[in-house]
Amino acid sequence: MNSKRRTMLKGTLAASAVGVAASAGLLAPRAVLAAWPKSAFKAKGVDASLTALYGSGKATDAKNIKIKAPDIAENGAVVPVTISSTIANAESISIFVAKNPQPLTSSYALGSGTQAYVGTRIKMGKTSDVVAVIKAGGKLYTAKKEVKVTIGGCGG
Amino acid sequence: MAKPIKIKARNKNGLTTIRALMSHPMKVEKKDKKTGKVKPAHFIQTVTCEHNGKAVLTAEWGAAVSANPYLSFKFKGANKGDTVKLSWVDNKGKNASAEQTIK
Repeated sequence: MNSKRRTMLKGTLAASAVGVAASAGLLAPRAVLAAWPKSAFKAKGVDASLTALYGSGKATDAKNIKIKAPDIAENGAVVPVTISSTIANAESISIFVAKNPQPLTSSYALGSGTQAYVGTRIKMGKTSDVVAVIKAGGKLYTAKKEVKVTIGGCGG
Repeated sequence: MAKPIKIKARNKNGLTTIRALMSHPMKVEKKDKKTGKVKPAHFIQTVTCEHNGKAVLTAEWGAAVSANPYLSFKFKGANKGDTVKLSWVDNKGKNASAEQTIK
């Protein structure tokens, strides 16, 4: 959590809008800790987004990350994706779609007892790699899987 | 309107699986082809799930999460009968939360 806050300070004054909302008492104190990493979501490439999110764009390929996603998605607006891994002490999981205009779809900070497992549904503009990044022990691990999209889903 | 959040929480051998469905449009920023006006994005930014006041998962989402988002994850350290609380905040400052007992 600390390193993330550091990134926040460096990267985004733009996110101060969120901060204002927080200080106005709209958000719970916990939500303030996890101020939304706007620069990471606005970044145009996976590496740029990774750097904005974790402060480093370097991730090691890992075989023990499993991405469960369809080989062919008929509807890009709803692509079910499940990330699971046997990596110990995972702190954070992020899901990117390499060819989306803004690759970062979502990022999950895991509590101490939380397993390296996240399932959700994402939008994909076109056929692309789905990239999962897991942060554990200060290091980044990554894996990817190609999903073919027949109808894009970034228009909705 | 549909319930804003549906949660299912199951405990099996000490491992709790949470599955949640939220009802939200999750709109991407988009230009109207006829008028040229930009329709603003509207999406959930942060989802927090708490167990005994401790965050087990904090999700930060962009607009690229599908409409009516689904989220599932697993964590240890909870017992049957405990309550989990899930809440979200979107980019317009709207929020919703729901609680569910672990079965």
